[in-house]
Amino acid sequence: MRVSRSSGQEQPGLRARGAFALLALPLTLGACAGGILDPIGPVGNDNAQILIDATLIMLVIVVPTILLAFFIAWRYRASNTKAEYLPYWSYSGRIEAVVWAIPILTIMFIGGVIVIGSYRLDPFRPLPSAVPPLEVEVVSLDWKWLFIYPEQRIATVNQLVIPAGRPVHFRLTSGSVLNTFFVPQLGSMIYTMPGMVSQLHLQADRPALTWGQSAHFSGDGFSDMQFQVRSVAPAEFAAWTQGARGTGAVLDLPTYAQLARQSHRNPPVTFRDVDPRLFQAIAMQRIPPAPGPEPASPEHAGREVTPAGRSH
Amino acid sequence: MFGKLSWSAIPWHEPIPLMTGLVLILAIAGTLGLITYKKWWPYLWHEWITSVDHKRIGIMYVLLGVLGLVRGFADAIMMRSQQAMAVGGGEGYLTPEHYNQVFSAHGTIMIFFAAMPLVIGFMNFVTPLQLGVRDVAFPTMNSVSFWLTASGFLLINVSLFVGEFARTGWLPYPPLSGSEYSPGVGVDYYLWAVQISGIGTLMTGINFVTTVLKMRCPGMSLLRMPIFCWTVLASSLIIVAVFPILTATLAMLSLDRVFGWHYFTADLGGNPMMFMNLIWAWGHPEVYILVLPAFGIFSEVFSTFSGKPLFGYRSMVAATMFICIVSLMTWLHHFFTMGSGPAVNAAFGISTSIIAVGTGVKIYNWIFTMYGGRVRFGVPMLWSLGFVFTFVIGGMTGVLLAVPPADFIVHNSMFLVAHFHNVIIGGVVFALFAGLHYWFPKAFGFRLHEGWGVAAFWFHFLGFWLTFTPLYILGLQGMTRRLQHVNISEWSGMLSVSALGVAVTTIGVVCQIVMLLVSILQREKLKDLTGDPWDGRSLEWATPSPAPFFNFAVTPNVEGEEAYWGIKTRAIESQQLSAEPKYAPIEMPVHSPVGFYTAAFATVTGFALIWQIWWLAGLGLLGAWAGFVVFAWRDVHEFHVPVEEVARVDRARREAREALLERIAAEGASA
Amino acid sequence: MSDDALLPAAVETVRRVREDPHRLGHRDPHAGGPVAGTGQGMTGPATKRIIVGYGFWLFLLSDIVMFSCFFAAFAVQHDATAGGPAMRELVDVPRVGWQTAALLLSSYTCGLSFAATNLRNKLWTQIFLLITGLLGLAFVIMELIEFVELAHRGITPQVSGMLTAFFGLVGLHGLHVTVAGMWLLTMMAQVQLKGFRPEIVHRLICFNLFWHALDIVWIGIFTIVYLMGAIS
Repeated sequence: MRVSRSSGQEQPGLRARGAFALLALPLTLGACAGGILDPIGPVGNDNAQILIDATLIMLVIVVPTILLAFFIAWRYRASNTKAEYLPYWSYSGRIEAVVWAIPILTIMFIGGVIVIGSYRLDPFRPLPSAVPPLEVEVVSLDWKWLFIYPEQRIATVNQLVIPAGRPVHFRLTSGSVLNTFFVPQLGSMIYTMPGMVSQLHLQADRPALTWGQSAHFSGDGFSDMQFQVRSVAPAEFAAWTQGARGTGAVLDLPTYAQLARQSHRNPPVTFRDVDPRLFQAIAMQRIPPAPGPEPASPEHAGREVTPAGRSH
Repeated sequence: MFGKLSWSAIPWHEPIPLMTGLVLILAIAGTLGLITYKKWWPYLWHEWITSVDHKRIGIMYVLLGVLGLVRGFADAIMMRSQQAMAVGGGEGYLTPEHYNQVFSAHGTIMIFFAAMPLVIGFMNFVTPLQLGVRDVAFPTMNSVSFWLTASGFLLINVSLFVGEFARTGWLPYPPLSGSEYSPGVGVDYYLWAVQISGIGTLMTGINFVTTVLKMRCPGMSLLRMPIFCWTVLASSLIIVAVFPILTATLAMLSLDRVFGWHYFTADLGGNPMMFMNLIWAWGHPEVYILVLPAFGIFSEVFSTFSGKPLFGYRSMVAATMFICIVSLMTWLHHFFTMGSGPAVNAAFGISTSIIAVGTGVKIYNWIFTMYGGRVRFGVPMLWSLGFVFTFVIGGMTGVLLAVPPADFIVHNSMFLVAHFHNVIIGGVVFALFAGLHYWFPKAFGFRLHEGWGVAAFWFHFLGFWLTFTPLYILGLQGMTRRLQHVNISEWSGMLSVSALGVAVTTIGVVCQIVMLLVSILQREKLKDLTGDPWDGRSLEWATPSPAPFFNFAVTPNVEGEEAYWGIKTRAIESQQLSAEPKYAPIEMPVHSPVGFYTAAFATVTGFALIWQIWWLAGLGLLGAWAGFVVFAWRDVHEFHVPVEEVARVDRARREAREALLERIAAEGASA
Repeated sequence: MSDDALLPAAVETVRRVREDPHRLGHRDPHAGGPVAGTGQGMTGPATKRIIVGYGFWLFLLSDIVMFSCFFAAFAVQHDATAGGPAMRELVDVPRVGWQTAALLLSSYTCGLSFAATNLRNKLWTQIFLLITGLLGLAFVIMELIEFVELAHRGITPQVSGMLTAFFGLVGLHGLHVTVAGMWLLTMMAQVQLKGFRPEIVHRLICFNLFWHALDIVWIGIFTIVYLMGAIS
């Protein structure tokens, strides 16, 4: 049965809703634009700290080097006859030793940061916590994000709600092409790949309204592949979960197939029920990957035409 | 009959590509018409198109690279302006369908058809002159290399108005670039343009490794070679090692797309991660292919414009070869976030940082080259000092990105975009502009106008920092790359500043165009009378400007480092030139059209493969094969330059040198 | 300056070895004499023969890098059978044995043809080149038959990643052998019509190198793809 093109794609009935989403998206995201130097959780904190520390270490070398270069160039300018002219001086063992030692020592230091940091901030490493992590399964599609909460048996599109103070264990895959799950204020990003499951552990320490995106170009609708991220108090999270169980459609296989088709500017929705084996089926590709572009007409030979690509 | 090709492949309903295509066709037609009208075809055919002279080929490469720079820069203007306009609800003027082609074309053209031809052009022009020989190891293959690169560039430009270009970014990651998600011809245009020019580049690599290792003039041992030739060697070794990887990977992707194979598909056993590994195993060494000769250019400029030999020559050689080898071991840093695990990530993070050791040593050695010197701030030196500032900061951000947990928050962001432009523009582009100014007199016989050169430098330098500092900031605010429109209105300020930066850079470009025109108009005044306008130290400055087609009347016999400096100081001290040598007839390779024909058939084959017109592809391959066989059948491959001609050219050179000696003696007497 | 055309190559080589037994290349640049530069050290540019051979070796190394990518793909994907047939079901050991025999023998006859070239003997050069070409043709035909038979069984590269990698690697090698065969025919024609001019001899050197290199690659394929596949 050929499912008719409806939800998410530009259709007359949905244009009003789409227009609202169009306006709402920038306003919503504008209100909560926090960057990577404004983390709200331990992982993001560590990421940012390492970035800053590495920068400071490098600046200690870089700034004097640049200043030295300009000083030497100015001091030995041709018009300065007071500076000694050493037309045959081109070697000094002592200077060589220093010149090799400075970068080597700096890099040894950075190397330490690299090794320690890579292990400590391994995305697959669980976060130390008294509370067990919340499980969230993530599927990147063209061009929206599907979040499945297997323990709560709900799912959302383009909306991630998590409890503050509790680690979240993400398992991620892609239903179509490569993407990257990235919430700047929570820290580390990770690729989502078809046929594979990657993992990520993040945590928000306090309630906040922030945003996430795909950090890997994935096609025509990529620019709108942002999603709202809300960390809320645990009680509020429980309430939200309950509410979601009461409204919205069921995410069954036909609904998923419809969702998987290419669309962009999907407004946030929730699903009141989802089969907890759905994620595994997508990851193992028992459900085939989402289809590519379905051009409206074959009028442009060799040049795909997709609604997302032509949208202005 | 015509595969996927039909009249609807032309973008009748899309004004921007249609107009650009029309302008391009008119420009090409106009140029061809002008050449025909002025009856320049015989000259162009015999002296340039079929030339196997490394100097001519080098100049053609540089011309091609400049065209690529112009087209790539136009794409950049479009990208920055689109992002500045399409913020917080604004829509800009480029749909995603177009914007995605623009940024893909920008990257592809800048790397393959601007930076590579420019760097290879310098390699071509300078290396045999510095080595004291008459041409490269394989002159005809050199011509083939150039024309194959030109063929690739032609295909990319054809995609403007017949079909489309790739919409995947400059490295077409599958599954997005597979036939399922990119069914159009765009990715195929990319694949064949890059594949064809890649074969040309591989030939260049083979050519220059052989030239540097097997063709140096007598007395020039490896450790007496100018440092630029060492960097050419290192770069060419990398080319030979990694361009086959590119060929293989693009071939695999083509097989997936055309025949439904499963190298990189999302299902049935395909492995997209394998593409990432393969393509970056090529991709990272590629940027060192570009930057090593750039470092070589700076070494020449620093030493010449300080009036001193390069400090720590052997150290520089060691650093160059060190970078050459380690560059093959760092590719995974392009996908730290793919989840390879902490051990693998840490190992590649360390190898990436280690490269900074080689680069750091070079920076310090250049500084100590200036120490104790008499630094002249000519235009090449300005570019070099601008490079020190710009590249060191860019390198610093590179080391930051080499730390995996730091990369986890800035990967694929505007911070990354700013970093790699920082090192490519600060490193490669600045070097190319310095080299252009430095070797222009050797190529054409007159210098470039100094004042406009200084203006161009400052506008480029300021424009660069104005364009990319906001992008660093935006990356730290979380902005990712390749966005056709930006949904966070707070970022519009930085995006506008960046667009302003592009405008400033454009003024720099205009200054360079004016510089060229003014220099041509004033070429008598700017004439290089002696062949040695900068008080140079290496052998290319021993020749007149422009150099005769056989380079040296008599192959030099080198007795120390800085071959020409020794000859020059001896002549100045004894106040006379060395005795007139005994001239002998010279054998030079004949010109050959095989390069042009091969590329013509390659273009036809590429176009046919893109549109799946199989019979035409077969004809194209057959034509290329036939061309080779015809070429292989020739009986004459060298011609003799009679001894009178050699003597005449060299005596003119000696007269100019004697005049220079007299002038130096007069200045010495009056000082 | 080459006496290449006059002296058989083997004698020339022996003379150079006697003059510079350790191949140091440290010749006085002002001395005259028949030994041309080797490109090493300070002796000046090498002869055309050395340069051509050197450049071709570099090309061979680059070709081996390209083959390594296809080997790597096979290593990564050799288990990605996607429910389809595994390597074990593809391997026909007797046929692969005959292919290997043909190719190895052709390498031997290629070497014999070059020995004849060194002695400037046109007849035996052509005879052994012809035998080499026929053996190579036998190899390619056997490979094509293998592919056609597999296709009839529904085993094509479109079935799985493993089969893609298999057909890609083996097919790439077969393509190289075919192109080498076309080159061989061209060389035979050139030798016949132009004799042993220096550039023809240089091309024969390159052809020999190429043919032997393809043989070495085949040994790799035979071992890693067929033998290891048969016992997996």
